[in-house]
Amino acid sequence: MADDSRIEGRRRVLRAALATGALATIPGLIPRALAQSKLVIGVIYVGPKDDYGYNQAQAQAAAVIRKMPGVTVIEQEKVAETMDVQKVMASMIEQDGATLIFPTSFGYFDPHVLRVAEKYPKVRFAHCGGLWTKGKHPANTGSYFGYIDECQYLDGVVAGMTSKTKKLGFIAAKPIPQVLRNINAFTMGARSVDPSVTTRLIFTGDWSLPVKEAEAANTLIDQGVDVVTCHVDSPKVIVEAAERRGVYVCGYHASQATLAPKGYLTGAEWNWVTPYTEHVKAAQSGQPMNNFLRGGLKEGFVKTSPYGKSSSEAARKKADAVKGEMTKGGYAIFKGPLKDNTGKTVIATGSAHQQTDPVLEQMNYLVDGVIGKI
Amino acid sequence: MTDIGWWGVPLAVLGGAIRVSTPFLLVSLGECITEKSGRINLGLEGILVMGAMSGYAVSYLSGNPWLGVLAAACAGLALGLLHGTLCNLPRVNDIAVGIGIMLFGTGLAFYFGKPYVQPQAPMLPSIPLGAWSDSPQIQAVLQIPPLLVIGVVLAFALDWAFRNTRWGLVVRMVGDSADAARAMGYPVNVVRTLCTGAGGLLAGIGGAFLSLYYPGSWSEGLSSGQGLMAVALVIFARWQPVHCVYAALLFGGAGAVGPALQSVGITSGYYLFSAAPYVLTLGIMIAASSPRRTLAGAPGELSIVR
Amino acid sequence: MLLFGVFVAAVGKDPLEVYQLIYAGGFGSGFAWQNTLSRAAPLILTALCVALPAQAGTMVIGAEGAVVLGGLAAAVTGYAVGDASPLVVKLAMAAAGMLIGGLWIAAAGALRQYRGVNETISSLLLTYIAIALFNHLVEGPLRDPASLNKPSTPPIGSANMLGALPGLDVHWGLGLGAIFCIATYVLIYHTTWGFAIRVAGGNARAARLVGLSVDRLVIAAFFLGGAAAGLAGMIEVAAVHGSANASLIAGYGYAGILVAFIARHNPLAILPVAVLVGGISASGGMLQRRLDMPDATVLVFQGLAFLTILASEALYGRLKLFGHGARA
Repeated sequence: MADDSRIEGRRRVLRAALATGALATIPGLIPRALAQSKLVIGVIYVGPKDDYGYNQAQAQAAAVIRKMPGVTVIEQEKVAETMDVQKVMASMIEQDGATLIFPTSFGYFDPHVLRVAEKYPKVRFAHCGGLWTKGKHPANTGSYFGYIDECQYLDGVVAGMTSKTKKLGFIAAKPIPQVLRNINAFTMGARSVDPSVTTRLIFTGDWSLPVKEAEAANTLIDQGVDVVTCHVDSPKVIVEAAERRGVYVCGYHASQATLAPKGYLTGAEWNWVTPYTEHVKAAQSGQPMNNFLRGGLKEGFVKTSPYGKSSSEAARKKADAVKGEMTKGGYAIFKGPLKDNTGKTVIATGSAHQQTDPVLEQMNYLVDGVIGKI
Repeated sequence: MTDIGWWGVPLAVLGGAIRVSTPFLLVSLGECITEKSGRINLGLEGILVMGAMSGYAVSYLSGNPWLGVLAAACAGLALGLLHGTLCNLPRVNDIAVGIGIMLFGTGLAFYFGKPYVQPQAPMLPSIPLGAWSDSPQIQAVLQIPPLLVIGVVLAFALDWAFRNTRWGLVVRMVGDSADAARAMGYPVNVVRTLCTGAGGLLAGIGGAFLSLYYPGSWSEGLSSGQGLMAVALVIFARWQPVHCVYAALLFGGAGAVGPALQSVGITSGYYLFSAAPYVLTLGIMIAASSPRRTLAGAPGELSIVR
Repeated sequence: MLLFGVFVAAVGKDPLEVYQLIYAGGFGSGFAWQNTLSRAAPLILTALCVALPAQAGTMVIGAEGAVVLGGLAAAVTGYAVGDASPLVVKLAMAAAGMLIGGLWIAAAGALRQYRGVNETISSLLLTYIAIALFNHLVEGPLRDPASLNKPSTPPIGSANMLGALPGLDVHWGLGLGAIFCIATYVLIYHTTWGFAIRVAGGNARAARLVGLSVDRLVIAAFFLGGAAAGLAGMIEVAAVHGSANASLIAGYGYAGILVAFIARHNPLAILPVAVLVGGISASGGMLQRRLDMPDATVLVFQGLAFLTILASEALYGRLKLFGHGARA
């Protein structure tokens, strides 16, 4: 039944597209793509696009490509990872004529993007965070992501040199590989300058829970933590709580420096303009899309916040030195011998994982020095 | 800073109780007044969010956080009165109207709140009761929010007023038996509308606490159901304003248990910890109810106990 | 409607254009209709979870809990019996989802009948507990280690997925919802059992006097309502996600309350109302993309429309369209 109905379904979609065209006679309803032969780009956010965090970082890149010549950007925010996003993508294609779509939340990929991409083989879907695999996923989809753990490592270096209590705090949403990689990189960065440093870890359970995040920050600070960082969708509350309690803080997603003029050390930020621009240019020139787009500091996918005034000269120098290594290329954060925090060896002596290694995107351990369990 | 280790857990729970309980307290006191008069307002969640937004916006625009609190109170009052007025119409279900208010309030707050997510508004000050201690942890725990003080004083005042003033007696009579109140010549609908308005006012202030004190910023994910929880909390407190104080402190403290345990290394089951207050409330409802009589202390006219 | 127009005008947009877009986005084309119907599908079943107990004179607002746990049960079952023939797997999943959803809501009914615990509050509390339980299980014991950045249960396999309705780009959930609605309508209005439930809902004491076992009737109505919501969870898993994950917590249970009330708890009226509500949320995207209006516009519109409908019923008597009073 599956095949027949799908073909029939496609036919219906075509008919639906014609019906949309007919509507164009009503003024004000002309699909933009028909009115002007521009590249229409749809950007979809899972939360509000001004959240001081994850979605804002994406929206900032969308704002940059909006200014590129021959480009129209349409945006929709707070789209759930359900049927909702499938219908929103289809609507952008059918009703607005979009031919390049940026679904920016990880959970959009499987099954939602895959299913819609199959239906619209001419439209490009550039998804953030997914692990695109050749042969398994359609050629008109692709995933882009940045190696932000490099910035987290640098954050850790600065934090390790700044902390007096030698206790760092990390507030995370869920124990998933992207988050674990950041926690580990941050901790390893700190321990590279002082092996006595430990990281205390709190999971809040969801991406945006302001009260619980503030509570987590306070309880960490009560435990003697004097540098806090996080991986939640909107770090605003945590940064403000740390500033109020007079401890240091590293930002995430976007710069929160203005929220903590006293305690802001540095931060790990996305620079999505790079992958966005590449995808837009490829779509405009008709080149095949780069299905697996990754990069770190060197490629300009991520960046660090300018150092805050409370970070010491020595810390800056040390971090800049490591950053120099990273931008040279070939720098591996995760290399053996590496033990997890239960004492098990996770990377054997002599082997090193380059940043591009997909193994790192399946991380399921916490390194030695992190106090907490998955 | 000294190492406090495991002592941090009770300290964090106490601190959490003080920091987190205020919106619970204010909203539940508001709901208590409303329910005493025989109505239930499930829309307090929407009113809370609206209060948080308007409080933050006015504090930012005027530079005075107390003006923000006032604005939140006015917004709450308006939505509360809207609920009260709609429920006066015949055949209108107060629970359904509550859900409508919830949608409408959050919708309005999100709509008009967009420009205020980014800027930082001036915050409410706190009362440092911990100045006697050398321990920075204890100092931090004993930062008492002024709205909590107001809430506690209000709880005792309400408790006294319900028992000893003419006004309190009228509200209770309207809530227990509308027919009796009508026979005595009291305007049942007016009393209920005013009580719902008062409930909205307090819920609005509760929202302002969220955005102007703790966690102290405005975003669309700010409330994680505190408004709805307060409805359960009133039942937990058996419609006694003073019990609302204890219940709110308990709920606030319970919310802090999860993060506090994680900070000393116990990280499994954090979802279950966060559900603890709900299990507790349900347990108490089961233990305290019986099929023969309604909950002790419940207003007789309340739709949820009839 | 007029009120919303005033609101739109007050924030400086052209009300006519907004209405035109709401129409175009929700109902203006074949594509828009498919979009609308897909969104209506889960609401139909969750609305039944409110409407059925309402026939027995009670007020349940906990459909969300039954959706997530029903979905979880279905996903686990689907994975466990995944090797059987697809039809068997689908039936087993539906049975598991309905059983767990039904039991969850029936628990609120039993608490009401045997302990006198108010079902509105207990069903709300049960929802919070269900979501915590769901998250704990999906990210802990039941997590598929291969689900990397989105913790999920193991996939049920593409052969066991529910497909689209013939000729449409709308999944089977709509069909099942419609069948369930019609069956419920027949059950409530055209069987002795349904009559007994309505009697029990109207006057429990009178029902007891004529020898009806009110407790069992009420709990059965709760169970059926919960089963509908559990089926909604199963459909989300089997037609959309392919496994259980946090996306199941999408608020369908709460939207269902709205639908049930506008439909005055009449199972047949739920169908058009769910389509209407689905259409409004489908058109929200149009408003965002064309007019740069925030997503909250739809919330304001729904809230206002809902309050207006509630108020107008009081002012003009029951709506003749849906009211069962008119039919009797």
